[in-house]
Amino acid sequence: MHMADALLSPAVGGMMWGATAVTVAYCARRLQADPDERRVPLMGVLGAFLFAAQMINFSIPGTGSSGHLGGGLLLAILLGPHAAFLVVASVLMVQALFFADGGLLALGCNIFNLGFFPAFIGYPLYRRLCGPAPGPGRAAGAAIVAAIVSLQLGAFGVVLETVGSGISALPFGTFVLFMLPIHFAIGIVEGLVTAAVVSFVRATRPEVLPSATSVGSSIRSVAVTFLALAMALGGVGAWYASKDPDGLEWSVARVTGSSEQNSPDTAVHAALGRIQQQIALLPDYNFRKPAEEGGQARGDGAADNETRLGTSVAGIVGGLITLVVAVVIGTLLARRARRSGMRN
Amino acid sequence: MSHHLVEASNLTHVYDDGTVALNEVSFRITHGESVAIIGVNGAGKSTLLLHLNGYLHPTRGDIRIGETPLTKETLPAIRRTVGLVFQDPDDQLFMPTVYDDVAFGPRNQGLPETEVERRVQDALERVGVWAVRSKPPYRLSGGEKKRVAIAGVLAMAPDILVMDEPTSGLDPHARRQLIRLLGEFSHTRIFTSHDLDMVLELCPRTIVLMQGAVMADGPTREIFGDAALLERCMLERPLSMQSCPICAARQRQVASTRPRAWREVLPLQARRR
Amino acid sequence: MSGPPVLGALVEFRQLDLFAAQSSGVHRLDARAKVVVVLAFVVCVMSFGRYAVASLLPYFAFPVLVAIWAQLPFAMLARKVAMVVPIAVLIGLPNPFFDREMVLHVAGLGISGGWISLVSIVLRALLAAAAAIVLVAVTGFPAVCGALERLGMPKALAVQLLFLYRYLTVLGEEALRMTTARELRGGGRKLSIRLYGVLVGRLLMRTWDRAERIYLAMCARGFVGDFNSGPVSRFGWRDLAFVGGCCGAFLLFRVRDVVQVVGNAALGGGR
Repeated sequence: MHMADALLSPAVGGMMWGATAVTVAYCARRLQADPDERRVPLMGVLGAFLFAAQMINFSIPGTGSSGHLGGGLLLAILLGPHAAFLVVASVLMVQALFFADGGLLALGCNIFNLGFFPAFIGYPLYRRLCGPAPGPGRAAGAAIVAAIVSLQLGAFGVVLETVGSGISALPFGTFVLFMLPIHFAIGIVEGLVTAAVVSFVRATRPEVLPSATSVGSSIRSVAVTFLALAMALGGVGAWYASKDPDGLEWSVARVTGSSEQNSPDTAVHAALGRIQQQIALLPDYNFRKPAEEGGQARGDGAADNETRLGTSVAGIVGGLITLVVAVVIGTLLARRARRSGMRN
Repeated sequence: MSHHLVEASNLTHVYDDGTVALNEVSFRITHGESVAIIGVNGAGKSTLLLHLNGYLHPTRGDIRIGETPLTKETLPAIRRTVGLVFQDPDDQLFMPTVYDDVAFGPRNQGLPETEVERRVQDALERVGVWAVRSKPPYRLSGGEKKRVAIAGVLAMAPDILVMDEPTSGLDPHARRQLIRLLGEFSHTRIFTSHDLDMVLELCPRTIVLMQGAVMADGPTREIFGDAALLERCMLERPLSMQSCPICAARQRQVASTRPRAWREVLPLQARRR
Repeated sequence: MSGPPVLGALVEFRQLDLFAAQSSGVHRLDARAKVVVVLAFVVCVMSFGRYAVASLLPYFAFPVLVAIWAQLPFAMLARKVAMVVPIAVLIGLPNPFFDREMVLHVAGLGISGGWISLVSIVLRALLAAAAAIVLVAVTGFPAVCGALERLGMPKALAVQLLFLYRYLTVLGEEALRMTTARELRGGGRKLSIRLYGVLVGRLLMRTWDRAERIYLAMCARGFVGDFNSGPVSRFGWRDLAFVGGCCGAFLLFRVRDVVQVVGNAALGGGR
């Protein structure tokens, strides 16, 4: 799922842009060290291929709906993770610029959600699960698991970015409950489709697929596997542990018909609130300002305006600073790469 | 001049899967000649072309451009001398604009930007596409793309121009323009083509390939006059050398039926005339 | 748009690219100036609190003025931008459900904060889409890539973007041909996953071969692994004035409630 500008704050957007910029610089540097020049046109046309392939819809069996390929995992299988990340980044940039798909501020989030997770977590997991010479069944299974993990992480990323920005009123718990199961199903489909394409390629032109030994040390891939599983479980666990009390209250109120803010288990509520404060990633962000103040109607306009304005100016300053920092980091890394890896 | 010489001596190329693409091919093309290499699909034409700029290496035998043998060190110089234009211009025009694409070669040669600009302008004007220099290639017509591809090669100031199927996919007008353009060049020209009429117009000399071997090498008119050779190599005469198609069809029709009374046949022919 | 999505995408792509080829005062500005201004625009707009509605309105002036200055067909661009409204409504829809604080009373009717933030979300989406489309329409994709590269983007990504841009239509048309051919023989059946795998697999193989041929063509013209770009444009005072003026305006709208000052009726969010 794409993250949209409209739900994003500059601080979160800037932070994700920073993460993306760093990853882009890292991948670019890794590729520069790769002597295979064929890679350059190959990445380019595979980007166009991915774009075109995403436009072709297939029907999902069982449901009446249609789906399309995400492609991050497929590209990583064909090109390796670093090239795949850059290709996914390029496709998303074209989509954001030409089709207003996602948005310019959200581009950092989208490239990270849809590029980093499939390339650097899903793909090593896939390789690990496949083993040296997988049969079609095992490869399909590996693709499905890898796709599920990648999409779960990506979906969770969207949830965090949305909730952290504070524009959407959707509570964390509800959002997670909505996103993760859906993307579990999408992950299954993505895995199946990826496996279908890979098996076709393996049957017609196996030399296109890189060898199984090109992934790095086995220790690292084991660690990555465990990290991936931990993060996926952590997503679900975090949902259970940090269920937004306000969302829960709201549901309770609806069900019982009362507008009573204080639930009977005040102690549990307080405990949950404390836990949420501790493990919420951005505790100083006001997800829901009014509820904690006891549900009063908005106070006098001027004071509220002041507070909101104050928060938001801080937000813009913070966002700009983060962007500047990201650009500076990216520039420095790129310059260092240019100086060290010069050919001409 | 010797550095425009293209000489193949017993050139043999065997692919990894064992296919013998070229089998003891030998020829010598001198400065300013215009030579066509014809043959059915799979005869080895494209493989031969890829040897001419050093992309492929012979399994056996030798190929020389000028007096220079093809080695890794001489490759950049060879690629400056031999300008190769591929069949599908979409493969060849890979830069975002026409100008950038034509400038690609000169920039790779390390020329200063003022010289690059001069060369690009010369090349684009020569082929008549200066007006579209800022356009992205996908907005060009087939004929324009072909001409831009040629410009991209001309900008490198080659001595030898090699083209794979220059007129394929072009409409009659674009084809005529291209033939006119190619006729104006004074480079050594080597074309592969199925367009035998173009070959007849542009190339005094023809080499016929069949299953990787040279079946004939001589004046174009003689080769196209040799019916037995053409049949052996699964070729035909150019359309312009065949009789009028309407008359030929009628003759075939008349010859295939049993002989009839004169009065049945003659009025038919008289009426048509 | 009727027809397969590929066709629609190609048409949109070509249309926007065509605008970029026009000439106007805006088109002639340095690409870096335009990229910086648009990014500043997006950051400013998204920095508002969730209940900002009236304060967002002045920002529409930017894409409108640029479109007029660049002589772009206003109605067509407005239509393109308006296409994001349904999606924006969809993603903003939870807000009225979860945010039920009444914040405004108009003619006896109470409007909750959720509805106000929904409107805010739609406005943000419109502004974000307008920013992106206007940027490409007045700058052109190759120029945007060049600007990003000079602002610090690694060359590998810039080269990748330019190749993608170049071959988007080529691959798109191939995909269109393949899907049309399949549809004509498909008997009305939808594309199954297995068949999709074959179709896309074949497209992938053709793409792989094409990459090989492109590499051939690159080598034939002396490619040794590096891309040399052409002459670089210089930042002039006109570009500086543009950046300064626009960013100044954005910040002004951000810190001062211009709408209030001008005296227009506020739509909500508390004043």
